[in-house]
Amino acid sequence: MTAAAEGQPVFGMTRARRNALLQSESVQGFALISPTFLYALILLVLPILVVFAHSFWTQDYLTTDHTFTLENYRIALTEPIYRDLLWRSLYISLTVSFFTVILAYPIAYFISFHGGRHKSLWLFLITIPFWTSYLLRVMSWKVILGYNGVLNSGLMGLGIIDEPSTALLYNSSAVIITLTHAWAAFAILPIFVSLEKVDRTLVEAATDLGDGPLRSFLRVTLPLSAPGVLSAALIVMIPTVGDYVTPKLVGGKDGVMIANAIQAQFGKASNWPLGAALSVTTMLVVSLMAGATVLIIRALQRLAR
Amino acid sequence: MTAMRRFFSGGWLTVYAFLYIVFLYLPVIFLPIFSINTAPTPKFPLTGYTLKWYQDLPKTPALLDAAWNSLIVGISASVLATLLGILAARSITRYRYPGRRTINGLIMAPLVLPEIILAISMLLVMLQLGLSLSLFTVVLGHVLICIPYSMTVLTAGFEGFDRSLEEASADLGESAFGTFRRVTLPMVAPAIISSLLVCFTISLDEFVIAFFLTGTETTLPIYIWGQLRFAAKLPGVLALGTLLLVASFVLMTVAEILRRRAARRTQNEGGLYA
Repeated sequence: MTAAAEGQPVFGMTRARRNALLQSESVQGFALISPTFLYALILLVLPILVVFAHSFWTQDYLTTDHTFTLENYRIALTEPIYRDLLWRSLYISLTVSFFTVILAYPIAYFISFHGGRHKSLWLFLITIPFWTSYLLRVMSWKVILGYNGVLNSGLMGLGIIDEPSTALLYNSSAVIITLTHAWAAFAILPIFVSLEKVDRTLVEAATDLGDGPLRSFLRVTLPLSAPGVLSAALIVMIPTVGDYVTPKLVGGKDGVMIANAIQAQFGKASNWPLGAALSVTTMLVVSLMAGATVLIIRALQRLAR
Repeated sequence: MTAMRRFFSGGWLTVYAFLYIVFLYLPVIFLPIFSINTAPTPKFPLTGYTLKWYQDLPKTPALLDAAWNSLIVGISASVLATLLGILAARSITRYRYPGRRTINGLIMAPLVLPEIILAISMLLVMLQLGLSLSLFTVVLGHVLICIPYSMTVLTAGFEGFDRSLEEASADLGESAFGTFRRVTLPMVAPAIISSLLVCFTISLDEFVIAFFLTGTETTLPIYIWGQLRFAAKLPGVLALGTLLLVASFVLMTVAEILRRRAARRTQNEGGLYA
């Protein structure tokens, strides 16, 4: 019934056929998903289009001038402050996704290959801290790295340092450490899923044919799990570029990121069009970076074969 | 070579796994530790045990207001997101139609977009539409970011679902609604409750979107954010944070147990993880 109904013109149908169409899978399925779909259209797609439109307008005190201009993009791309913030955000998010993936891979491998009966318990243990408040996790790093914090007082108590170090908090390293911790679970899950799909007989075959454990890992397991590594890298990279809380709490002056500049345009500075242009630029640059990551990991995957 | 073999056979990996768990939990554990310490600054050595920071919490009206607001937002957002999630998950798992993957991708997109972009773009639209910012606008924002999680939990719950049971019920003369109520719903109830708990936890802990979309009312994370400026208020924040951690932990554990029960009922492994 459904195969016949699909893809046929709606015009000039008999009543029976129209009823058949109404009851068809396509229509029922689409009708069922439409409220959620509409919600996403109104609160996700429409808002992003509005931001896009704003980025080409200008604001004169309280009124918005709707004439088309690229001035906001000129400012966003050439003003040293915004260019630096964007570069720093990209650098931080790339570093964070690199470290989270490197640290997460062995864990995902361990759970998938040696987790045995306790696989889901391990996964549960690893995801639980992730479900606690992000704000609180960032705050706890502030407590750890602070001048009067856990690490300084601990190291002083052990006699390793004589006075508190100010180098721990309020710089981009603090931002990188905090974000790497905060996104750890997000990187483990996709890698784990792709490792689960690796056909174990292929690994055995490689070993039987004389590959050592390292070689069979590099030539079989690692390339086959590349899609998981890829999605782990992307799932960490994209949201961290726009992180607002971590740079604000532990970044200090040196750790400010692009999200803080965007927020300022919608808050104190009150220049919505510039804020919109900064947002669009960030989204575009993130997409480019994500695309480049896809290409690089695919190329490496081919090379390993 | 033997060292390499031992590495891949799990010996060293087990050690690494335990270290990794420590790395994950250690920072979070400092909050409860210093919340029962007498000294107002979080540093070693610990000075003594006290519960006074907890006892001070109920005496702060602003905090109680924020807790109440968080509760209202959390319940509204989790119910709405789960309702929308049920419709979408049912449609995705039960029907095949063109555009299904695209629509699914769009609904899941908030999961991977920077929160700041979601927050400011919703803010712009809401201000343009003349909505005044309030807890209601926060709920709208939270529903958007909760739906992907709700979908993940619910599709896993719906997927292994044996459709012949519904067909049998219909064949035996049950109406469509009766079948849903007496066959479908009992099977998927654990997944639905699990989705409600997950969404509530996300809304309870969410900061950026609430921060941008609220008017004058605060939720708990916004309250904490405001208190962080004052060093003297830190112990109280640590105590409140500990309570929030415990709440999230309990809610997520219950959600996980329910999710597993749902998976067993429909004989379908996976869920939040897979």
